[in-house]
Amino acid sequence: MALPTYATPIQRTYYYAYLFFCAVVFFFLIAPLIAIVPISFSVSPFMVFTEGMLAWPPEPEAWSLRWYRNMIGDCSAEVVSSTVPCSTKWMKGTVNSFYIGIIATFIATVLGTMAALGLSRPHMPYKALIMSILISPMIVPLIITAAGMFFFYARINLVYTFTGVILAHVALATPFVVITVTATLVGFDMNMVKAAQSLGAKPMRTFFKVIMPLILPGIISGALFAFITSFDEVVIVMFMASIDQLTIPKQMWAGIRQEISPVILCMATCLVILSIVLLTTVELLRRRAERLRGIKAR
Amino acid sequence: MPIGDMLLRSVDDSQINTVFPNTFEEYKKWDKEKDELPPEEVYKALFQELAYGDKIQVGRALTRMNYSKSGWKSLIKKTSREIKKVVKKEEFPDSYKEFLIETNEKWADPTYWYAMGQMVNNQTSIYYWNAIDRTFDQELNVVQQDEDRRVYVQTWLKTLKVSIYVTVFCLILGFPVAHLLANLPLRYSNLLMIFVLLPFWTSLLVRTTAWIVMLQQKGVINGVLVWLGILSDDGRIAMVYNETGTLIAMTQILLPFMILPLYSVMRVIPKSHMRAAQNLGAKPAMAFWRVYLPQTIPGMSAGGLLVFVLAIGYFITPELVGGKDGKLIGSWIAYHLKTTLNWGLTAALGAILLGFMLIFYWLYNKIVGIDNIKLG
Repeated sequence: MALPTYATPIQRTYYYAYLFFCAVVFFFLIAPLIAIVPISFSVSPFMVFTEGMLAWPPEPEAWSLRWYRNMIGDCSAEVVSSTVPCSTKWMKGTVNSFYIGIIATFIATVLGTMAALGLSRPHMPYKALIMSILISPMIVPLIITAAGMFFFYARINLVYTFTGVILAHVALATPFVVITVTATLVGFDMNMVKAAQSLGAKPMRTFFKVIMPLILPGIISGALFAFITSFDEVVIVMFMASIDQLTIPKQMWAGIRQEISPVILCMATCLVILSIVLLTTVELLRRRAERLRGIKAR
Repeated sequence: MPIGDMLLRSVDDSQINTVFPNTFEEYKKWDKEKDELPPEEVYKALFQELAYGDKIQVGRALTRMNYSKSGWKSLIKKTSREIKKVVKKEEFPDSYKEFLIETNEKWADPTYWYAMGQMVNNQTSIYYWNAIDRTFDQELNVVQQDEDRRVYVQTWLKTLKVSIYVTVFCLILGFPVAHLLANLPLRYSNLLMIFVLLPFWTSLLVRTTAWIVMLQQKGVINGVLVWLGILSDDGRIAMVYNETGTLIAMTQILLPFMILPLYSVMRVIPKSHMRAAQNLGAKPAMAFWRVYLPQTIPGMSAGGLLVFVLAIGYFITPELVGGKDGKLIGSWIAYHLKTTLNWGLTAALGAILLGFMLIFYWLYNKIVGIDNIKLG
């Protein structure tokens, strides 16, 4: 979108002001994420840019990997400082986060895909109602869902168990799968199902051989959404998990609340990288899906 | 299902009734007009239920009793001890009333007995009244809480205020950006879209931490301002652990939720509309106001409601960045759930919040339809 050649000076001013404003907003969105990366490599135990880091020429002493080594549970003397004790909590949290995240993602993907398939049938009764109920965990504030689940799980003895946390995450993550898979199914030609069935394929076979390969991009991006939901989730974990179910977000929360330690920033940097990877995957999948549907880039 | 359970909890008062069934039965017969204190039977039933009741159950009931009037807990505990002694020696008193008043004169204080009146029913609305700073007086009328215990109305208002501010800020910041993204060629806009989607995909806690790093006293922004000479070294602004910090951080965190719906609406508005309007003689501002803006209303309302609904229930960011005066209603829910274990009040606060949410949800459905939610 460029300015026409006949634009008046006032229009030009407005236009450049508008571009500048957008640039500021983009900066506002991204700057905090960028800022934490260099600080995580600092020697200092405080979360600030030290003078050494800003000096020119660069001073190698100001930079170090000590907090990263602390994060992975290395307890040697140069790693630990008086304010930052060494602990294995970060690694334990990572293991738990992946464990909970992967199981929850798997269940949510299976359930969500089935729900989306059912909901995209033209004659499904009470479609709107079911959709609203399915999507409700996305709209209801987490704190309410968490409180409700806590009360409910307390009655059936599921609080402070892995099962409880995983089930709660499944409930949160399923809507994302439903939405992405439904979106993919919009471009899906239902005649292919009929064709497969007329050729003698049973429903299961039809699904795995015909439907699934075609909607796979949708399923995968749904699964990634589900994973990131579970992986990021902290409110439910805070209420429903004991110390055994410590996850990365919970450890970060504890880290911010109690010891403001630079190790948090190391983990944050890792998470930013993880989100870049996931984002790229989803974008590539989306483009592939668009290509398949014949939408060309303008 | 869990939410239904929560709603039940918010009015449920049955636990204490299973502990003191006879006492409450007798209590209901007490004619408050005639006698100043309840009759002998009430004291007797209470004595027996304390003497033979299950210790854990009584303990839970005590917590509940303390909500209605502080002092119950210690009173019953002291009395229980005396009762246990009597039961051990098997020297039952002739008058239970006199015995109890003898062990502790508070049993002759009618205010305690009046407070008990709140609890005799299986259902109660006390938690809801508490959630808006009201309580019951002796005759079970609804009155204002004491001055120093009024926190919730203030917090509700603050939550509302912060949510509205965040929504407005998101709209102001998000609208031009969405417009730019929608009108650039796809090649560039996909690239710029990363700036919106990356924060969207990054962990909430990472972004919150990042804002603490940015905004703190020795943080990046203060550092830059001092370096530029705008601020003196001891004139650093306190931007974090107060409401400003909450607003800034929440705006950035929720901004993608505004930009994405706006973008998807603006994407399909034909560019020819603006040109046509200008051809017909409208000034650019006029054309924008009369032609373009009305077409973006679905996007604005979708984004606005989404941001507002998310903001009103926000908990993590205000709790971490907000400090003392940035606390929103979510923090109180968490506090009562985890710390005071006053689950009735938790559930009531949650239910009120849910009520708000359902209204907005319904509005959202009316305006844009729930199936239209898009994720990037």
